[in-house]
Amino acid sequence: MKYVDEYREPRVAQAIAGRISRQVTRPWVLMEVCGGQTHTLMRYGIDELLPPAVELVHGPGCPVCVTPLEMVDRAIRIASTPGVIFVSYGDMLRVPGSYADLFQARAKGADVRVAYSPLDALKMARANPERQVVFFGVGFETTAPANAMAVWQAKREGLRNFSMLVSHVLVPPAMRLILSSPGNRVQGFIAPGHVCTVMGFSEYEDLVNEFRVPMVVGGFEPVDLLEAISMLVDQLEQGRAEMENQYVRSVNYVGNVPAQVILREVFEVSDRKWRGIGSIAESGYRLREAYAAFDAERIFGTADVSAEEPAECISALVLQGLRKPLDCPAFGTRCTPMNPLGAPMVSTEGACAAYYQYRRHA
Amino acid sequence: MCLAVPGKVLSIEGEDPAFRSGRVDFCGVRKTVNLAFTPEVVVGDFVLVHVGFALTRMDQEEADRTYRYLAQIGALEEEDFVLREAGGSFS
Repeated sequence: MKYVDEYREPRVAQAIAGRISRQVTRPWVLMEVCGGQTHTLMRYGIDELLPPAVELVHGPGCPVCVTPLEMVDRAIRIASTPGVIFVSYGDMLRVPGSYADLFQARAKGADVRVAYSPLDALKMARANPERQVVFFGVGFETTAPANAMAVWQAKREGLRNFSMLVSHVLVPPAMRLILSSPGNRVQGFIAPGHVCTVMGFSEYEDLVNEFRVPMVVGGFEPVDLLEAISMLVDQLEQGRAEMENQYVRSVNYVGNVPAQVILREVFEVSDRKWRGIGSIAESGYRLREAYAAFDAERIFGTADVSAEEPAECISALVLQGLRKPLDCPAFGTRCTPMNPLGAPMVSTEGACAAYYQYRRHA
Repeated sequence: MCLAVPGKVLSIEGEDPAFRSGRVDFCGVRKTVNLAFTPEVVVGDFVLVHVGFALTRMDQEEADRTYRYLAQIGALEEEDFVLREAGGSFS
């Protein structure tokens, strides 16, 4: 496939890895923010191609992983309401809430369905006017415009049986939290290429200027990531802290304006709770008042549902890059993808699951 | 979750900008994709698709430029490597 295969070329990947080895004169700690990038790094063993002086830590950019426990509990309560069709992206179904996951709710009779797109949930609402169709709207800025568009279309059509359980989070506030932490080790960031495809990268430039930390917007193929790492190492070795863009075939400075317009129309920025991290100010989206009729939390009255995280899971530290999955005593024993303690072991993009899948015997 | 895949636009239909959609080919798998966020897209373009929506029109010129640059690095480094290896075995 064009735009993919050429960025998986082993010869080019090896060459860039070789260049990085020659660039490095001292240790550097870099973070890839996006879970999709974590997955590529592990899958292709890119961390093993790099010189030992370049350490990669894995960021909080897996929306499934940071969805708080209580949001899964709310989803289960809504899904278990008679007459409801509960629709979700597949990744969310196995994420444990405090007492069950959505798969178990389905086994007990809830009508839980998987959709590839929120537009599929709209189709279900049109086809089942006597049922309430609720879509679990999770994701970062990449996914938010699609979910916003589904709500906007529902309003325009006057659909009265469609609503959304919104659990949207934003990347820059989480990066700010990491950079502000006294224990922060991260010296350079690979910024999330698909989030920036939507939002552009001015918000990241603000972080670069505020914290004097280099950032490079990176793509998702092995050559993209190696190139982004090389650009970061180049900046660090030269004492520069600049905003650069490796993923030029997809990302420009302003981002996708029509997508940003629909986002602002439907959502407003709000505080959000992150699994394992806690509440972060202005770190997510909620539906605007004009779209309250599509807010599943209001329709089903789930505000009272809250939950505490399991004490044994160190996901908060993993998601902030302070610990690696292999540092966890429960890794691979009491916590596995089939029986996860925390969300980073559930999603294929979670750092723990990526280590389990590709680095189990390391 | 932020996975997005490039595909080639084969046809476009719909007048309403919010519902404009295209048939997109992903290595033989064809899907209908909403084009509301990419009004500039025409048949033959490559788009980056996420949960049923095109997020951007791939910038072919930038992609070609990057790739030429990367391929050049690959070629240069390989040459370098061959020379070093050769040097190593003869000395």
